[in-house]
Amino acid sequence: MDAVIKTEKLTKRFGNFIAANELTFEVGKGEIFGFLGANGAGKTTAMRMLCGLLAPSSGKASIAGFDIYTQTEKIKRNIGYMSQKFSLYDNLTVSENIRFYGGIYGMTRKDIKTKTQSLLEVLQLQNEAKTLVSELPLGWKQKLSFLVSIVHDPEIVFLDEPTGGVDPVTRRQFWDLIYYAANKGVTVFVTTHYMDEAEYCNRVSIMVDGVIAALDSPANLKKNYGHENMEDVFYELARKAKRQGD
Amino acid sequence: MKQLIIFIKKEFLHVFRDRKTLLMLFGLPIAQIVLFGFALSNEIKDSKIVVADYSKDAVTTKLTDKIAASKYFDVEYNLQSASQIEAAFKKGTIKMAIVFPENFAEDLMHTNKATVQVIADASDPNVATAITNYVTQIINDFNSQLSNSSPQPLQIMPQIQMLYNPELRGAPNFVPGVMALVLMLVCTMMTSVAIVKEKELGTMEILLVSPFKPLYIIISKLTPYLIISVVNLFVILILSSLFLDLQVKGSVLLLVFGSILFILTSLSIGLLLSIGAKTQQAAMAGSLMGMMLPTMLLTGFLFPIENMPIALQLLSNIVPSRWYFLIIKKVMLKGLGFSAVWKEISILTVMSVSLFVLSLRRFKIRLQ
Amino acid sequence: MITLENIKKTYNKGTITAVKNISFAVNNGEIFGLIGPDGAGKTSLFRILTTLLLADEGRATVNGFDVVKQFREIRNCVGYMPGRFSLYQDLTIEENLSFFATVFGTTIRENYNLIKDIYQQIEPFKDRRAGKLSGGMKQKLALCCALIHKPDVLFLDEPTTGVDVVSRKEFWEMLKRLKAQGITILVSTPYMDEAKLCDRIGLIQKGEILSIDTPANIVGSFPEKLFAIKSSNTYQLLHDVRDFPDTASCFAFGDALHVTFKDQSDKDISEYLCAKGHTDLVIESIAPGIEDCFIHLLKN
Repeated sequence: MDAVIKTEKLTKRFGNFIAANELTFEVGKGEIFGFLGANGAGKTTAMRMLCGLLAPSSGKASIAGFDIYTQTEKIKRNIGYMSQKFSLYDNLTVSENIRFYGGIYGMTRKDIKTKTQSLLEVLQLQNEAKTLVSELPLGWKQKLSFLVSIVHDPEIVFLDEPTGGVDPVTRRQFWDLIYYAANKGVTVFVTTHYMDEAEYCNRVSIMVDGVIAALDSPANLKKNYGHENMEDVFYELARKAKRQGD
Repeated sequence: MKQLIIFIKKEFLHVFRDRKTLLMLFGLPIAQIVLFGFALSNEIKDSKIVVADYSKDAVTTKLTDKIAASKYFDVEYNLQSASQIEAAFKKGTIKMAIVFPENFAEDLMHTNKATVQVIADASDPNVATAITNYVTQIINDFNSQLSNSSPQPLQIMPQIQMLYNPELRGAPNFVPGVMALVLMLVCTMMTSVAIVKEKELGTMEILLVSPFKPLYIIISKLTPYLIISVVNLFVILILSSLFLDLQVKGSVLLLVFGSILFILTSLSIGLLLSIGAKTQQAAMAGSLMGMMLPTMLLTGFLFPIENMPIALQLLSNIVPSRWYFLIIKKVMLKGLGFSAVWKEISILTVMSVSLFVLSLRRFKIRLQ
Repeated sequence: MITLENIKKTYNKGTITAVKNISFAVNNGEIFGLIGPDGAGKTSLFRILTTLLLADEGRATVNGFDVVKQFREIRNCVGYMPGRFSLYQDLTIEENLSFFATVFGTTIRENYNLIKDIYQQIEPFKDRRAGKLSGGMKQKLALCCALIHKPDVLFLDEPTTGVDVVSRKEFWEMLKRLKAQGITILVSTPYMDEAKLCDRIGLIQKGEILSIDTPANIVGSFPEKLFAIKSSNTYQLLHDVRDFPDTASCFAFGDALHVTFKDQSDKDISEYLCAKGHTDLVIESIAPGIEDCFIHLLKN
């Protein structure tokens, strides 16, 4: 596989507490990779390391070909990130937001202009280019956030629970966008609490107590654990978790 | 009642678990007093002064030499004209000017007396006091030297003029000012932030949807800061007494009573600010902008109120610290009793009661 | 227990309408779920019912008391768990609990049996500061604090949002046990799968009620025949089924597509899809779930 994320025994310790324990896995180009786990399992720690935001305690990893210890700035420039908390600036318009984030990632003005055009077309928001983001319905904001996070055509985009609290129709439209991005070759690394969304992924990993307890395609996981859906697979693995706090 | 006590206990827990706030509450007053106290108490050497000698006789030359020889002064000889000296004072390049009038020695011989003008820049009153004292000492010394070699006592009298700050406000001025400022800042800012914090976190919602009376919420929010401020007050008084040699000349009880009134007023202002503010930052900004500036400028400890334009003088009447400042000066520094401060006490009482009632009424029992 | 009549709520001087015209009632001792996405108006409704906000129009009562005129009585007898975690982060579990007990004029001892099941799960951590708890534990603590004074009605605003699957299941078990004690519960959630755990549900979107009934009845009133279609290439399947002329609606549901047809029959699609090269094709008729109903109601 053409690995854009490659980790080998990636570990993070906080004092005596091992938040992430010898994580070893690979994610291929254009793959939709679901990163699941209960609260406190170590998901957030792992994601922060992969985004270049947290230095690992030991182990190796390369993101988009860049080393996780020595090239974190290059990593940050070549990935996209979106979370529920990360949002666009409410008091800027749609196109101002695109321009701002494009600028942050070092895109040229010409590129930003063309990108803005194509983004607005994909979302059918051409008429809303000059609307303040605060006036958009939540569903549009989420979708726009996602596209803005890949405005600079990164190799990988990290999505941290991007569909929380959104209505079912918008949620599916959002996943249409994820498919659209994956088809263009962007690797999508997504965490979610919606188990049906786990099914949309090519492969899924489930973290429990700091280790990866399972990693496979949803179909294989269901077969191996003898369950009808991902929710039951997850439930079986997560309820054995010892960690409750943090 | 028990509810109230438990609620107050919880409030104390909040206060003591927030390290940054603790640092401010206790560290700030101490730091300020120590700074203000010690920063101004160093010996002053090598002050730049000018000797303008319009007589240029043997006596003046000798005296000038003596002054120049002192470690306290650095004599600048190049400025001689009155306008040059004035300009230098304005620029701040000299701290003092010693002016010998014409016919100095002659006057001394004929009348056994002569005056020398000593003009000091008193915008830094401590420095001015110190250097005029040094010069006076030198002159007195010179006097006795002269007198030794003459049948009659010769008196060179320094005529001291303090520029820019004729009343010489120094440490006795700063301590009351700092007291007012610190107490006001702590009470207003901390209280307003505490209440808004509850709103921001969302815990206020749960408190409102409960039998707990809003009055209790207010009282429990104010109480820790009231008690801490009184403690701070005593710390300041003790430190002032120990390090700055500034004792309370009048009744301590009266001073504490006046202080508590002022604290209550500041707390109520903090309360009012919190009702309007939506975020802690807004509360802080409101307290700083709304209270610190007027307090610093219009209390009367940095700039005399009498010298201000009428509009500002009127404005200063509604600044509570202005009245508190008077109470402290009269009770602490001049040792006066209740009869001297009844006016200020009444004003503060009216202010604190009306502000408290006002904020109680405006306290929002709903979220909007 | 709870009644709402023509409630309307706007913000920002009337420019934003959060609640358009809502009327419904919650019966004594039932678990009523308000199901809908963010921005539907759930939190506004909760705040109106717990007397924290005044509605622009309409009336509402809780336990027989009017939300405007008798707000004090309501505040004495309800338990409220607001959307965000709203307990004191720098106080420990135990301190939070005893504080709220005192605020309501009771003690932990008095109503311990009510919260025992829940509290025992977090009791080993009782000296830990609330800010340092995981999402699931915070929910449990918040629930204990809302229950400690044995309220008649419990208002839970999105208690399971952002909490993992395991804790969510446990939470609903706890709610069932509370219902057995006679407490009326009004709970809101964006998770459709939690709907079937309620006695009755109200589907809400953009300030309007789409439907109110028992989960079974809502599902039963789904007007069309629903089919689930699976193949080895779900993404391609999505396009192909959407392109099929007879398809009325097609939505992804995990590894299957939920499809309705204009003529209510799936007879031609199997051939069509095989021709497109789909392998492992499965087409079966299924019973709709709440989410299917919600999507259907949203469309119309």
